[in-house]
Amino acid sequence: MQFEFLLEQVVNGLVLGGYYLLIALGLSLIFSVGGIVNLAHGAFYALGAYVCVELTKRFGFGASVMISPLVVALLGILFERFILRRFYTADPILSLLVTFGLAMVAEQAIRMIWGAAPVSTEIPQSFRGSVIVGDFLFSRYRLLILAVVATIMIGIWLLLQKTSFGRVVRAGIQRPDMVAALGIRLQPYMTGIVMLGVGMAALGGAFFAPITTVHPAMGADIMTVAFVVVVIGGLGSFWGVVIAALLVGVVRGITIHFEPAAGEASIYVLMFLVLLVRPRGLLGERIEKFE
Amino acid sequence: MIRYPRRTLLRAGAAFVGASALGFPAIVRAQAEKIRIGHLTPLTGFLGVIGSYAQLGVKLAAEEINASGGILGKPIDLLSEDSINPATAATKAQRMLEQDGAVVLLGEISSASSLTIMQVAERNKKVFFSTGARSDALRGKNCNKYSFHCDIPNTVMVNAVGTALSQKGMVKGKKFFTLTADYIFGHDLLKAAKTFFGAHEANLIGDELIATDVTDFSPYLLKVRQAKPDVVCCNLAGNQVTNLVKQYAEFGFPYPLVGFNLNTGDAWAAGAGNLSGTWPTVWYHTLNNPTSQAFVAAFSKKYGKPPENHAWIDYITLKLLAEAINTTKSTDSHELITYFEKQAQFDIGKTRKAYFRNWDHQLVQEAYPFTVKPKDQMKDQWDMLVLGDVVPAANDPLETIYPTREQNPCEMKA
Repeated sequence: MQFEFLLEQVVNGLVLGGYYLLIALGLSLIFSVGGIVNLAHGAFYALGAYVCVELTKRFGFGASVMISPLVVALLGILFERFILRRFYTADPILSLLVTFGLAMVAEQAIRMIWGAAPVSTEIPQSFRGSVIVGDFLFSRYRLLILAVVATIMIGIWLLLQKTSFGRVVRAGIQRPDMVAALGIRLQPYMTGIVMLGVGMAALGGAFFAPITTVHPAMGADIMTVAFVVVVIGGLGSFWGVVIAALLVGVVRGITIHFEPAAGEASIYVLMFLVLLVRPRGLLGERIEKFE
Repeated sequence: MIRYPRRTLLRAGAAFVGASALGFPAIVRAQAEKIRIGHLTPLTGFLGVIGSYAQLGVKLAAEEINASGGILGKPIDLLSEDSINPATAATKAQRMLEQDGAVVLLGEISSASSLTIMQVAERNKKVFFSTGARSDALRGKNCNKYSFHCDIPNTVMVNAVGTALSQKGMVKGKKFFTLTADYIFGHDLLKAAKTFFGAHEANLIGDELIATDVTDFSPYLLKVRQAKPDVVCCNLAGNQVTNLVKQYAEFGFPYPLVGFNLNTGDAWAAGAGNLSGTWPTVWYHTLNNPTSQAFVAAFSKKYGKPPENHAWIDYITLKLLAEAINTTKSTDSHELITYFEKQAQFDIGKTRKAYFRNWDHQLVQEAYPFTVKPKDQMKDQWDMLVLGDVVPAANDPLETIYPTREQNPCEMKA
């Protein structure tokens, strides 16, 4: 029985890892292609949640969870066009400062629009409750999230591996100078990557709005875990981030099973150990511009 | 393109995230420099939401007092800041007393931060009103002469809910599983809960201590399901209660969820359709008496929403402090302590008047259990709760629900 309980935590950790992945993959892509640590990434996650709550009042949760990431992705165009674009070739400390400042501005803007008190929404009745498969119990709603995340990840993998867009992005990560020499401007691709990244973060916020407190500082809360996943996974590697997100979810679940009080600390211990053995992260590629 | 090492970028990124985790204090300063009063409450972190209400309440009280002529004819200069964490709270309290010239301190919700402010107050021989901290230990083994406690303590919350649960047959012989906040408040609440379970023949079959930064409770809920309890009991605080309530509704477990601590702001944040069960509260905006309703009307007019219980408690604390200073005609700590220790009675917007008990400085007042209205009966998003019968009952002395001298190890040093 003890083993089954442990296995249940492992499976639950994989589901949670899928959710972390939504936030971390965009962060990793923006860093890998543009060389920018987007400290405002959490703000887009929070905006996704707030826009979803707002739209739910008019269109219901199902439609809102789809529209919200699209709205935030459009904001991502403005973010890339008017802010990020100016910092691709600048001293990295400037992009850190500007995205950090933007995160604070976004948090205050949310406070001004929706107020400091949390807003709430609830899961549609059809997705409430649990499903028991054999000895395992799953939240029906989290299974939905997992299915959506899996579909999106397959889509992004195909986009990066099988399309001309993906080829340019991958080349841009490794050799932006060579891409430029071939007469290809990376900036439109960067717009696409930012839209994709912040859209995924917004989708994460929208999906978690009914099961977590939707408050102005929620973006800052998620950033720490997202950073841990990116650091463990390594830069430039799609699968590195995927594996790291799932690993973080599983390690946290197993730790809580045996030593609940150490649950949150376990992911930092994991990061420490990975960096000790492999400073580049699990599957981090050697990227010339970062060496 | 500029070349820069990846580690430098990541290190700087981590440093920024760390800096943001510390939070940035929201500072509110009144302009007039007369009688300066320091107010500390968490505006960030897991108690930040209810702390924001506390700040709105105390600001309204200061405005009303100033509009009616101030204290001893002088306006209040309110310094209200984010206490952030216990260490910062103590530093700020020291600065407010030593450099800013505050004559009294009030506020705080976190029991851990309140404890450090109590120590600062005692060292500086200045009065501190701990408005929202509920740990029994603060008015028990850690009590001191300069600290007064306005919110109901954990034991009262456990008694309020426990009595209501007992009446529904949900205690005797039942298996409880508790989820407890891993800091002084939670430990203390669990202790009070264990005492109650022991006295009422209930079995505690499992308890999980949960760090205050946890937002996903799914691994803990799996452990709840594995234990198969009769009742699940929440001993968490702040927005962790909201997260648990939402995720409990998500998993749809058959075991009823109750709790020994819930603030109205957390209930509102959970939203209609997620919250159920029986919980305690110290005040709710539907309490029908002139003082409460006048406060609700003024607050709603100013802020466009009804007040939460922390808004109320910080509001009435500043009001009763003003009353005390005007009566004693002094801001001297010893004059004020002597006044309060005479158990002066205050109208705090409840049926019976309240008073600070002279031997542990606890504000003795009524409390209430509450249940949740069916969604289709709520008039608006704020109209969520149905207050149960007041505890103690109208014919019983107020002190019957508070720890007795024998139960409370408070020993004030002279």
